[in-house]
Amino acid sequence: MEFIAEFFRQIADDYPRWNFIWMYQPVQQGKILSGIWMTIKLSLACLALSMVIGVLGAFAQGSRNVILRSIVQGYIQFFRNTPPYVQLLFFYFALGQFTPTFSPDGWLEVPIISNVGWAIISLSFFAGAFNVEIFRAGIEAVPESTREAAESLGFSRSQSYRYVVLPLALRVSLPALNNNLVNLVKTTTQAFGIAVPELLYQSVTIWNDYPSALYPTMLLVFIVYVVLVGILVMSMSKWESSMRIPGYGS
Amino acid sequence: MAEWTEKDPIVSIRDVHKYFGDLQVLKGVSLDVMKGEVVCIIGPSGSGKSTLIRCVNALNDIQGGVIKVRGIDLTDPKLDKLALRKRVGMVFQQYNLFPHKTAMENIMMAPMLVLKEQEEDVRQRARELMKKVRLEGKEDAYPGELSGGQQQRVAIARSLAMSPDVMLFDEVTAALDPETVKEVLVTIKDLAQEGMTCILVTHEMGFAREIADHIYFTDNGVIVEHGPPATFFHEAKDPRTKEFLSQIL
Repeated sequence: MEFIAEFFRQIADDYPRWNFIWMYQPVQQGKILSGIWMTIKLSLACLALSMVIGVLGAFAQGSRNVILRSIVQGYIQFFRNTPPYVQLLFFYFALGQFTPTFSPDGWLEVPIISNVGWAIISLSFFAGAFNVEIFRAGIEAVPESTREAAESLGFSRSQSYRYVVLPLALRVSLPALNNNLVNLVKTTTQAFGIAVPELLYQSVTIWNDYPSALYPTMLLVFIVYVVLVGILVMSMSKWESSMRIPGYGS
Repeated sequence: MAEWTEKDPIVSIRDVHKYFGDLQVLKGVSLDVMKGEVVCIIGPSGSGKSTLIRCVNALNDIQGGVIKVRGIDLTDPKLDKLALRKRVGMVFQQYNLFPHKTAMENIMMAPMLVLKEQEEDVRQRARELMKKVRLEGKEDAYPGELSGGQQQRVAIARSLAMSPDVMLFDEVTAALDPETVKEVLVTIKDLAQEGMTCILVTHEMGFAREIADHIYFTDNGVIVEHGPPATFFHEAKDPRTKEFLSQIL
Protein backbone atom coordinates (compact mmCIF):
# COMPACT_ATOMS: atom_id res chain seq x y z
CA MET A 1 0.00 0.00 0.00
CA GLU A 2 2.98 2.25 0.49
CA PHE A 3 3.24 2.91 -3.25
CA ILE A 4 -0.28 4.42 -3.32
CA ALA A 5 0.64 6.87 -0.57
CA GLU A 6 3.87 7.60 -2.41
CA PHE A 7 1.92 8.23 -5.64
CA PHE A 8 -0.34 10.83 -4.01
CA ARG A 9 2.54 12.45 -2.19
CA GLN A 10 4.21 12.85 -5.56
CA ILE A 11 1.05 14.42 -7.04
CA ALA A 12 0.94 16.92 -4.15
CA ASP A 13 4.52 17.84 -4.90
CA ASP A 14 3.97 18.20 -8.64
CA TYR A 15 0.54 19.95 -8.50
CA PRO A 16 0.26 22.09 -5.34
CA ARG A 17 -3.53 22.50 -5.66
CA TRP A 18 -4.16 18.77 -5.69
CA ASN A 19 -2.96 17.66 -2.29
CA PHE A 20 -4.83 14.41 -1.59
CA ILE A 21 -3.52 14.62 1.94
CA TRP A 22 -5.86 11.97 3.35
CA MET A 23 -4.38 9.43 0.95
CA TYR A 24 -0.97 9.53 2.61
CA GLN A 25 -1.29 11.13 6.03
CA PRO A 26 -2.85 8.76 8.62
CA VAL A 27 -4.23 11.53 10.87
CA GLN A 28 -6.21 13.16 8.04
CA GLN A 29 -7.25 9.76 6.73
CA GLY A 30 -8.62 8.94 10.18
CA LYS A 31 -10.64 12.16 10.17
CA ILE A 32 -12.19 11.39 6.80
CA LEU A 33 -13.05 7.81 7.77
CA SER A 34 -14.55 8.79 11.10
CA GLY A 35 -16.45 11.59 9.33
CA ILE A 36 -17.93 9.14 6.84
CA TRP A 37 -18.81 6.75 9.65
CA MET A 38 -20.53 9.54 11.61
CA THR A 39 -22.48 10.59 8.49
CA ILE A 40 -23.62 6.98 8.03
CA LYS A 41 -24.65 6.60 11.67
CA LEU A 42 -26.43 9.96 11.63
CA SER A 43 -28.26 9.08 8.41
CA LEU A 44 -29.35 5.62 9.59
CA ALA A 45 -30.58 6.93 12.94
CA CYS A 46 -32.51 9.76 11.28
CA LEU A 47 -33.95 7.48 8.59
CA ALA A 48 -35.26 5.06 11.21
CA LEU A 49 -36.57 7.67 13.63
CA SER A 50 -38.17 9.82 10.94
CA MET A 51 -40.04 6.81 9.54
CA VAL A 52 -41.32 5.91 13.01
CA ILE A 53 -42.48 9.52 13.44
CA GLY A 54 -44.11 9.35 10.00
CA VAL A 55 -46.12 6.20 10.73
CA LEU A 56 -47.18 7.28 14.22
CA GLY A 57 -48.06 10.78 13.03
CA ALA A 58 -50.14 9.48 10.14
CA PHE A 59 -51.96 7.10 12.50
CA ALA A 60 -52.61 9.98 14.92
CA GLN A 61 -53.92 12.12 12.08
CA GLY A 62 -56.61 9.52 11.45
CA SER A 63 -57.69 9.65 15.09
CA ARG A 64 -61.09 10.91 16.19
CA ASN A 65 -59.45 13.07 18.85
CA VAL A 66 -59.43 16.69 17.62
CA ILE A 67 -56.70 17.77 20.03
CA LEU A 68 -54.36 14.99 18.90
CA ARG A 69 -55.03 15.85 15.27
CA SER A 70 -54.29 19.54 15.77
CA ILE A 71 -51.06 18.76 17.64
CA VAL A 72 -49.88 16.69 14.67
CA GLN A 73 -50.99 19.42 12.29
CA GLY A 74 -49.11 22.08 14.28
CA TYR A 75 -46.02 19.90 14.35
CA ILE A 76 -46.12 19.46 10.57
CA GLN A 77 -46.63 23.17 9.92
CA PHE A 78 -43.77 24.15 12.20
CA PHE A 79 -41.20 21.69 10.91
CA ARG A 80 -42.14 21.92 7.28
CA ASN A 81 -42.27 25.70 7.08
CA THR A 82 -39.05 26.60 8.89
CA PRO A 83 -35.46 26.00 7.74
CA PRO A 84 -33.91 22.80 9.09
CA TYR A 85 -30.71 24.64 9.92
CA VAL A 86 -32.57 27.07 12.16
CA GLN A 87 -34.36 24.14 13.81
CA LEU A 88 -31.04 22.49 14.49
CA LEU A 89 -29.63 25.61 16.13
CA PHE A 90 -32.83 26.07 18.09
CA PHE A 91 -32.78 22.51 19.41
CA TYR A 92 -29.13 22.60 20.35
CA PHE A 93 -28.72 26.11 21.72
CA ALA A 94 -32.20 26.85 23.06
CA LEU A 95 -33.61 23.52 24.18
CA GLY A 96 -30.15 22.19 24.98
CA GLN A 97 -29.92 24.70 27.86
CA PHE A 98 -32.84 23.15 29.65
CA THR A 99 -31.82 19.52 29.46
CA PRO A 100 -30.30 18.05 32.61
CA THR A 101 -26.58 17.48 32.82
CA PHE A 102 -24.53 14.79 34.49
CA SER A 103 -20.99 14.74 35.75
CA PRO A 104 -18.91 11.72 34.82
CA ASP A 105 -15.80 12.80 36.79
CA GLY A 106 -17.12 15.27 39.34
CA TRP A 107 -15.71 18.26 37.45
CA LEU A 108 -17.22 18.41 33.99
CA GLU A 109 -20.92 19.02 33.47
CA VAL A 110 -22.04 17.08 30.41
CA PRO A 111 -25.59 17.47 29.01
CA ILE A 112 -27.39 14.14 28.74
CA ILE A 113 -28.20 14.88 25.12
CA SER A 114 -25.02 15.45 23.11
CA ASN A 115 -24.78 17.50 19.94
CA VAL A 116 -25.05 14.25 17.99
CA GLY A 117 -28.20 13.44 19.93
CA TRP A 118 -29.72 16.84 19.14
CA ALA A 119 -28.79 16.50 15.49
CA ILE A 120 -30.59 13.13 15.32
CA ILE A 121 -33.65 14.50 17.12
CA SER A 122 -33.85 17.70 15.12
CA LEU A 123 -33.27 16.18 11.68
CA SER A 124 -35.64 13.27 12.40
CA PHE A 125 -38.41 15.64 13.39
CA PHE A 126 -37.74 17.69 10.27
CA ALA A 127 -37.90 14.72 7.89
CA GLY A 128 -40.63 13.11 10.02
CA ALA A 129 -42.97 16.03 9.30
CA PHE A 130 -42.72 15.27 5.60
CA ASN A 131 -43.03 11.53 6.23
CA VAL A 132 -46.33 12.07 8.09
CA GLU A 133 -47.74 13.80 5.03
CA ILE A 134 -46.32 11.16 2.70
CA PHE A 135 -47.82 8.30 4.70
CA ARG A 136 -51.11 10.14 5.11
CA ALA A 137 -51.36 10.51 1.35
CA GLY A 138 -50.63 6.79 1.04
CA ILE A 139 -53.29 5.91 3.60
CA GLU A 140 -55.83 8.09 1.84
CA ALA A 141 -55.02 6.30 -1.41
CA VAL A 142 -56.29 3.02 0.10
CA PRO A 143 -59.93 2.83 -1.00
CA GLU A 144 -62.54 3.24 1.71
CA SER A 145 -64.17 0.11 0.31
CA THR A 146 -61.08 -2.01 1.08
CA ARG A 147 -61.21 -0.81 4.67
CA GLU A 148 -64.93 -1.58 4.77
CA ALA A 149 -64.24 -5.12 3.61
CA ALA A 150 -61.84 -5.57 6.53
CA GLU A 151 -64.38 -4.05 8.88
CA SER A 152 -67.17 -6.29 7.62
CA LEU A 153 -64.95 -9.32 8.29
CA GLY A 154 -64.66 -8.26 11.92
CA PHE A 155 -61.20 -6.63 11.86
CA SER A 156 -60.62 -4.07 14.60
CA ARG A 157 -59.36 -0.63 13.57
CA SER A 158 -55.78 -1.48 14.52
CA GLN A 159 -55.92 -4.87 12.79
CA SER A 160 -57.25 -3.27 9.65
CA TYR A 161 -54.46 -0.68 9.85
CA ARG A 162 -51.72 -3.18 10.47
CA TYR A 163 -52.66 -5.89 8.02
CA VAL A 164 -54.48 -4.05 5.24
CA VAL A 165 -54.14 -0.26 5.20
CA LEU A 166 -50.46 0.20 6.07
CA PRO A 167 -49.05 -2.48 3.74
CA LEU A 168 -50.98 -0.93 0.85
CA ALA A 169 -50.26 2.66 1.89
CA LEU A 170 -46.55 1.93 2.17
CA ARG A 171 -46.43 0.73 -1.41
CA VAL A 172 -48.11 3.92 -2.61
CA SER A 173 -45.83 6.05 -0.44
CA LEU A 174 -42.48 4.60 -1.44
CA PRO A 175 -41.57 6.90 -4.37
CA ALA A 176 -42.30 10.04 -2.33
CA LEU A 177 -40.62 8.54 0.72
CA ASN A 178 -37.60 7.79 -1.41
CA ASN A 179 -37.24 11.48 -2.32
CA ASN A 180 -37.58 12.63 1.24
CA LEU A 181 -35.04 10.16 2.59
CA VAL A 182 -32.53 11.18 -0.08
CA ASN A 183 -32.99 14.77 1.06
CA LEU A 184 -32.58 13.71 4.67
CA VAL A 185 -29.20 12.07 4.03
CA LYS A 186 -27.99 15.24 2.35
CA THR A 187 -29.41 17.46 5.10
CA THR A 188 -27.25 15.67 7.70
CA THR A 189 -24.40 17.93 6.51
CA GLN A 190 -26.13 20.76 8.38
CA ALA A 191 -25.22 19.05 11.65
CA PHE A 192 -21.88 20.71 10.89
CA GLY A 193 -23.50 23.83 12.39
CA ILE A 194 -23.52 22.31 15.88
CA ALA A 195 -20.09 20.72 15.51
CA VAL A 196 -21.19 17.16 14.89
CA PRO A 197 -18.01 15.57 13.50
CA GLU A 198 -19.58 14.24 10.31
CA LEU A 199 -17.96 14.21 6.89
CA LEU A 200 -18.39 17.89 6.02
CA TYR A 201 -17.14 19.01 9.45
CA GLN A 202 -14.03 16.85 9.18
CA SER A 203 -13.42 17.98 5.60
CA VAL A 204 -13.59 21.65 6.55
CA THR A 205 -11.07 21.14 9.34
CA ILE A 206 -8.76 19.48 6.83
CA TRP A 207 -8.94 22.20 4.21
CA ASN A 208 -8.65 24.92 6.83
CA ASP A 209 -5.39 23.34 7.99
CA TYR A 210 -4.20 22.48 4.48
CA PRO A 211 -5.61 24.87 1.86
CA SER A 212 -3.81 22.81 -0.78
CA ALA A 213 -6.23 19.97 0.03
CA LEU A 214 -9.35 22.06 -0.74
CA TYR A 215 -10.15 20.74 -4.22
CA PRO A 216 -9.43 17.07 -3.55
CA THR A 217 -11.43 17.11 -0.30
CA MET A 218 -14.44 18.81 -1.88
CA LEU A 219 -14.28 16.29 -4.66
CA LEU A 220 -14.22 13.53 -2.07
CA VAL A 221 -17.25 14.95 -0.24
CA PHE A 222 -19.22 14.98 -3.48
CA ILE A 223 -18.20 11.44 -4.35
CA VAL A 224 -19.04 10.09 -0.89
CA TYR A 225 -22.53 11.61 -1.05
CA VAL A 226 -23.12 10.35 -4.58
CA VAL A 227 -22.19 6.85 -3.36
CA LEU A 228 -24.17 7.02 -0.09
CA VAL A 229 -27.32 8.33 -1.76
CA GLY A 230 -26.78 5.84 -4.58
CA ILE A 231 -26.76 2.97 -2.07
CA LEU A 232 -29.90 4.35 -0.42
CA VAL A 233 -31.73 4.71 -3.73
CA MET A 234 -30.70 1.23 -4.80
CA SER A 235 -31.87 -0.37 -1.59
CA MET A 236 -35.12 1.57 -1.75
CA SER A 237 -35.82 0.37 -5.27
CA LYS A 238 -34.92 -3.20 -4.22
CA TRP A 239 -37.41 -2.84 -1.41
CA GLU A 240 -39.98 -1.42 -3.81
CA SER A 241 -39.66 -4.29 -6.24
CA SER A 242 -39.66 -6.90 -3.46
CA MET A 243 -43.04 -5.53 -2.41
CA ARG A 244 -44.50 -5.39 -5.88
CA ILE A 245 -47.77 -7.29 -6.05
CA PRO A 246 -48.42 -9.33 -9.18
CA GLY A 247 -51.18 -7.72 -11.20
CA TYR A 248 -51.54 -4.69 -8.90
CA GLY A 249 -50.95 -1.07 -9.81
CA SER A 250 -49.30 -1.75 -13.15
CA MET B 1 -84.87 -10.04 26.01
CA ALA B 2 -86.17 -13.34 24.70
CA GLU B 3 -83.62 -15.73 23.28
CA TRP B 4 -83.62 -16.06 19.53
CA THR B 5 -85.11 -19.34 18.29
CA GLU B 6 -85.32 -20.87 14.83
CA LYS B 7 -88.96 -19.82 14.63
CA ASP B 8 -88.03 -16.14 14.81
CA PRO B 9 -86.80 -14.21 11.79
CA ILE B 10 -83.01 -14.40 11.59
CA VAL B 11 -82.98 -10.84 10.28
CA SER B 12 -85.70 -8.54 11.46
CA ILE B 13 -85.92 -5.01 10.10
CA ARG B 14 -88.56 -2.81 11.72
CA ASP B 15 -89.53 0.66 10.54
CA VAL B 16 -85.95 1.68 9.73
CA HIS B 17 -85.14 5.31 9.00
CA LYS B 18 -81.77 6.37 7.68
CA TYR B 19 -80.45 9.84 6.89
CA PHE B 20 -77.27 10.97 5.19
CA GLY B 21 -77.16 14.50 6.55
CA ASP B 22 -80.50 16.04 5.55
CA LEU B 23 -81.17 13.44 2.90
CA GLN B 24 -83.51 10.69 4.03
CA VAL B 25 -82.70 7.47 2.19
CA LEU B 26 -84.78 4.98 4.16
CA LYS B 27 -88.28 6.05 5.20
CA GLY B 28 -89.64 3.33 7.40
CA VAL B 29 -88.58 0.03 5.90
CA SER B 30 -89.66 -3.26 7.48
CA LEU B 31 -88.90 -6.78 6.38
CA ASP B 32 -88.24 -10.17 7.94
CA VAL B 33 -85.98 -12.93 6.72
CA MET B 34 -86.35 -16.45 8.07
CA LYS B 35 -83.44 -18.85 8.42
CA GLY B 36 -82.62 -20.46 5.07
CA GLU B 37 -84.64 -17.94 3.11
CA VAL B 38 -83.34 -16.18 0.00
CA VAL B 39 -84.53 -12.60 -0.32
CA CYS B 40 -83.89 -10.32 -3.26
CA ILE B 41 -84.19 -6.57 -3.05
CA ILE B 42 -84.68 -4.82 -6.36
CA GLY B 43 -85.41 -1.28 -7.35
CA PRO B 44 -84.09 1.71 -9.26
CA SER B 45 -80.70 3.27 -8.47
CA GLY B 46 -80.74 5.48 -5.42
CA SER B 47 -83.80 3.78 -3.94
CA GLY B 48 -81.87 2.86 -0.78
CA LYS B 49 -81.50 -0.87 -1.32
CA SER B 50 -77.72 -0.98 -0.89
CA THR B 51 -77.95 1.29 2.12
CA LEU B 52 -80.50 -1.07 3.63
CA ILE B 53 -78.29 -4.15 3.50
CA ARG B 54 -75.25 -2.16 4.62
CA CYS B 55 -77.26 -1.34 7.73
CA VAL B 56 -77.74 -5.06 8.39
CA ASN B 57 -74.07 -5.50 9.26
CA ALA B 58 -73.70 -2.06 10.84
CA LEU B 59 -71.52 -0.55 8.12
CA ASN B 60 -74.13 2.20 8.17
CA ASP B 61 -75.93 3.25 11.34
CA ILE B 62 -79.65 3.96 11.44
CA GLN B 63 -81.49 6.93 12.90
CA GLY B 64 -84.80 5.26 13.63
CA GLY B 65 -86.32 1.80 13.94
CA VAL B 66 -84.75 -1.50 14.94
CA ILE B 67 -82.66 -4.11 13.17
CA LYS B 68 -82.04 -7.46 14.82
CA VAL B 69 -79.83 -10.24 13.55
CA ARG B 70 -80.31 -13.51 15.43
CA GLY B 71 -81.61 -11.48 18.32
CA ILE B 72 -78.60 -9.12 18.35
CA ASP B 73 -80.02 -5.60 18.46
CA LEU B 74 -77.96 -3.38 16.15
CA THR B 75 -79.28 -0.19 17.71
CA ASP B 76 -77.93 -1.16 21.12
CA PRO B 77 -75.24 1.41 21.96
CA LYS B 78 -73.20 -1.39 23.55
CA LEU B 79 -73.46 -3.45 20.35
CA ASP B 80 -70.64 -5.98 20.02
CA LYS B 81 -69.85 -5.40 16.36
CA LEU B 82 -67.49 -8.35 16.31
CA ALA B 83 -70.21 -10.74 17.46
CA LEU B 84 -72.48 -9.34 14.74
CA ARG B 85 -69.90 -9.64 12.00
CA LYS B 86 -69.17 -13.26 12.84
CA ARG B 87 -72.84 -13.88 12.01
CA VAL B 88 -73.12 -11.74 8.89
CA GLY B 89 -70.96 -12.08 5.79
CA MET B 90 -70.94 -9.42 3.12
CA VAL B 91 -69.91 -9.42 -0.54
CA PHE B 92 -69.44 -6.11 -2.34
CA GLN B 93 -69.97 -4.90 -5.87
CA GLN B 94 -66.25 -4.14 -6.32
CA TYR B 95 -65.12 -7.43 -4.64
CA ASN B 96 -62.83 -5.41 -2.29
CA LEU B 97 -60.27 -8.18 -1.95
CA PHE B 98 -56.99 -7.33 -0.22
CA PRO B 99 -54.78 -6.81 -3.29
CA HIS B 100 -51.51 -7.59 -1.48
CA LYS B 101 -52.65 -11.03 -0.37
CA THR B 102 -53.11 -14.20 -2.39
CA ALA B 103 -56.54 -15.78 -2.80
CA MET B 104 -55.80 -18.20 0.04
CA GLU B 105 -54.46 -15.47 2.31
CA ASN B 106 -57.52 -13.34 1.64
CA ILE B 107 -59.69 -16.21 2.83
CA MET B 108 -57.50 -17.11 5.80
CA MET B 109 -56.89 -13.67 7.27
CA ALA B 110 -60.16 -13.07 9.08
CA PRO B 111 -60.49 -16.54 10.69
CA MET B 112 -56.92 -16.32 11.93
CA LEU B 113 -56.91 -12.70 13.09
CA VAL B 114 -60.50 -12.29 14.22
CA LEU B 115 -61.50 -15.78 15.34
CA LYS B 116 -57.91 -16.68 16.40
CA GLU B 117 -58.18 -20.12 14.85
CA GLN B 118 -55.21 -22.38 14.19
CA GLU B 119 -53.49 -21.80 10.87
CA GLU B 120 -53.67 -25.45 9.79
CA ASP B 121 -57.42 -25.74 10.40
CA VAL B 122 -58.04 -22.49 8.56
CA ARG B 123 -55.83 -23.50 5.65
CA GLN B 124 -57.77 -26.72 5.20
CA ARG B 125 -61.09 -24.93 5.32
CA ALA B 126 -59.83 -22.31 2.87
CA ARG B 127 -58.85 -25.06 0.42
CA GLU B 128 -62.30 -26.57 0.67
CA LEU B 129 -63.85 -23.17 0.08
CA MET B 130 -61.68 -22.58 -2.98
CA LYS B 131 -62.95 -25.91 -4.30
CA LYS B 132 -66.52 -24.95 -3.48
CA VAL B 133 -66.30 -21.73 -5.51
CA ARG B 134 -64.61 -23.72 -8.31
CA LEU B 135 -61.24 -22.00 -8.11
CA GLU B 136 -58.93 -24.92 -7.45
CA GLY B 137 -55.44 -24.15 -8.71
CA LYS B 138 -55.83 -20.41 -8.13
CA GLU B 139 -54.89 -20.60 -4.45
CA ASP B 140 -51.66 -18.62 -4.81
CA ALA B 141 -52.90 -16.10 -7.37
CA TYR B 142 -53.13 -12.46 -6.35
CA PRO B 143 -56.43 -10.64 -6.95
CA GLY B 144 -54.83 -8.62 -9.76
CA GLU B 145 -54.15 -11.87 -11.60
CA LEU B 146 -57.77 -13.02 -11.46
CA SER B 147 -60.73 -12.02 -13.59
CA GLY B 148 -63.58 -10.07 -12.05
CA GLY B 149 -65.73 -13.16 -11.71
CA GLN B 150 -62.91 -15.10 -10.09
CA GLN B 151 -62.20 -12.28 -7.67
CA GLN B 152 -65.83 -12.11 -6.74
CA ARG B 153 -65.87 -15.85 -6.01
CA VAL B 154 -62.79 -15.45 -3.80
CA ALA B 155 -64.66 -12.66 -2.01
CA ILE B 156 -67.60 -15.01 -1.46
CA ALA B 157 -65.24 -17.70 -0.11
CA ARG B 158 -63.61 -15.11 2.13
CA SER B 159 -66.95 -14.28 3.71
CA LEU B 160 -67.92 -17.93 4.02
CA ALA B 161 -64.67 -18.67 5.89
CA MET B 162 -66.16 -16.86 8.88
CA SER B 163 -69.06 -19.38 8.84
CA PRO B 164 -71.75 -16.70 8.87
CA ASP B 165 -75.46 -17.36 9.37
CA VAL B 166 -76.50 -14.70 6.87
CA MET B 167 -74.85 -13.62 3.64
CA LEU B 168 -75.41 -10.16 2.19
CA PHE B 169 -74.75 -9.61 -1.52
CA ASP B 170 -74.57 -5.99 -2.63
CA GLU B 171 -74.98 -5.91 -6.43
CA VAL B 172 -72.22 -8.47 -6.69
CA THR B 173 -72.50 -8.95 -10.44
CA ALA B 174 -72.97 -5.30 -11.40
CA ALA B 175 -69.26 -4.74 -12.10
CA LEU B 176 -68.72 -7.99 -13.99
CA ASP B 177 -68.44 -8.84 -17.66
CA PRO B 178 -71.59 -10.55 -18.91
CA GLU B 179 -69.77 -13.82 -19.49
CA THR B 180 -68.46 -14.02 -15.93
CA VAL B 181 -71.74 -13.07 -14.28
CA LYS B 182 -72.99 -16.61 -14.62
CA GLU B 183 -70.14 -18.27 -12.71
CA VAL B 184 -70.80 -16.00 -9.73
CA LEU B 185 -74.54 -16.60 -9.87
CA VAL B 186 -73.98 -20.35 -9.95
CA THR B 187 -71.88 -20.04 -6.79
CA ILE B 188 -74.61 -18.08 -5.05
CA LYS B 189 -77.24 -20.54 -6.19
CA ASP B 190 -75.22 -23.43 -4.72
CA LEU B 191 -75.10 -21.58 -1.44
CA ALA B 192 -78.81 -20.89 -1.46
CA GLN B 193 -79.57 -24.51 -2.16
CA GLU B 194 -77.41 -25.56 0.79
CA GLY B 195 -79.73 -23.53 3.00
CA MET B 196 -77.65 -20.38 3.53
CA THR B 197 -79.76 -17.37 4.40
CA CYS B 198 -79.09 -14.80 1.67
CA ILE B 199 -80.13 -11.22 1.15
CA LEU B 200 -79.29 -9.99 -2.33
CA VAL B 201 -79.48 -6.56 -3.83
CA THR B 202 -79.52 -7.27 -7.53
CA HIS B 203 -80.42 -6.14 -11.01
CA GLU B 204 -80.43 -9.71 -12.33
CA MET B 205 -84.19 -10.18 -12.62
CA GLY B 206 -83.98 -13.62 -14.17
CA PHE B 207 -81.75 -14.77 -11.36
CA ALA B 208 -83.96 -13.21 -8.69
CA ARG B 209 -86.97 -14.98 -10.16
CA GLU B 210 -85.09 -18.26 -10.16
CA ILE B 211 -83.68 -18.35 -6.64
CA ALA B 212 -85.59 -15.89 -4.48
CA ASP B 213 -88.18 -17.03 -1.97
CA HIS B 214 -89.32 -13.47 -1.64
CA ILE B 215 -88.77 -10.29 -3.63
CA TYR B 216 -88.93 -6.76 -2.30
CA PHE B 217 -89.22 -3.77 -4.60
CA THR B 218 -87.94 -0.51 -3.12
CA ASP B 219 -88.31 2.96 -4.49
CA ASN B 220 -87.43 6.27 -2.90
CA GLY B 221 -86.67 4.79 0.52
CA VAL B 222 -89.77 2.66 1.00
CA ILE B 223 -90.81 -0.89 0.13
CA VAL B 224 -93.41 -0.42 -2.57
CA GLU B 225 -94.36 -4.00 -3.16
CA HIS B 226 -93.23 -7.48 -2.24
CA GLY B 227 -94.13 -11.09 -2.72
CA PRO B 228 -92.92 -14.47 -3.93
CA PRO B 229 -91.44 -14.31 -7.46
CA ALA B 230 -94.40 -15.97 -9.15
CA THR B 231 -96.90 -13.35 -8.03
CA PHE B 232 -94.45 -10.46 -7.92
CA PHE B 233 -93.46 -10.62 -11.55
CA HIS B 234 -96.91 -11.32 -12.97
CA GLU B 235 -99.34 -9.62 -10.68
CA ALA B 236 -97.58 -6.42 -9.67
CA LYS B 237 -100.18 -3.87 -8.65
CA ASP B 238 -98.30 -0.70 -7.86
CA PRO B 239 -97.71 1.51 -10.92
CA ARG B 240 -94.08 2.16 -9.92
CA THR B 241 -93.36 -1.56 -9.81
CA LYS B 242 -95.09 -2.06 -13.13
CA GLU B 243 -93.10 0.71 -14.74
CA PHE B 244 -89.79 -0.61 -13.35
CA LEU B 245 -90.53 -4.16 -14.46
CA SER B 246 -91.62 -3.06 -17.91
CA GLN B 247 -88.33 -1.23 -18.36
CA ILE B 248 -86.08 -4.18 -17.55
CA LEU B 249 -88.07 -7.27 -18.39
